[in-house]
Amino acid sequence: MSNAPLRLRSDQYQAIVDHCLEGFPCEACGLLVGPIDKEHEPTGEISSVHPCRNADESTRTYTVDSRDLLQVTRRAEADGESIVAVWHSHTHTDAYPSETDVRQALDPNWVYALVTLRNPDPELRAYRIRNGQIAEIEVIVSPE
Amino acid sequence: MAVAVKIPTLMRANVDGAASVEATGATVGEIFSDLITRFPGLESNLIDDDGNLHKFVNVYRDDDDIRYLDGLATPVSEGVVISILPAVAGG
Repeated sequence: MSNAPLRLRSDQYQAIVDHCLEGFPCEACGLLVGPIDKEHEPTGEISSVHPCRNADESTRTYTVDSRDLLQVTRRAEADGESIVAVWHSHTHTDAYPSETDVRQALDPNWVYALVTLRNPDPELRAYRIRNGQIAEIEVIVSPE
Repeated sequence: MAVAVKIPTLMRANVDGAASVEATGATVGEIFSDLITRFPGLESNLIDDDGNLHKFVNVYRDDDDIRYLDGLATPVSEGVVISILPAVAGG
């Protein structure tokens, strides 16, 4: 199993944070598309960032709007890539998976990224969640 | 009639790794019955204990969410694509 770092360009990182800020006070969410390796594990490279609607429109939970999920899935397949990560914001707590996040982290091959808005400067952290176990992975942000 | 059913990565282990499978039926429910007969591991992903569509799965007939059509009774016709999508959610 891979724990490859999540590699974002600075513009991708900013797009994620901006979407989280725009969604406040509700939680915001989105999907990341990129390549996978022979083991179906994300390589960590991200090709595109897809802000999505939070169907819950909630300050405490999120559900990626299924229409957005369908569109992103189709685009990824057309490009020969995969959805490799989902991100969402925590508006008043740390960028660490909640019990709900762990319980509902269905895909062990995905990266789960969280952005906390509790401090003036938003912070993004990323994790793998497998069989209820949380493992933080490195996030590398490179210039555009 | 046979239609294509798109399988999400999470469920592909139940269908020998296929990203898409063909299934036959006149409604989404019949399509699912055919799938479950051939791939029993799919059942718990698709249908709840009461025989309804599982709440953590979304099913689209082309661009339409079947929950806003006729649910499992939604008719299918030649050439449509059924997409199964797991709910991506947390808190």
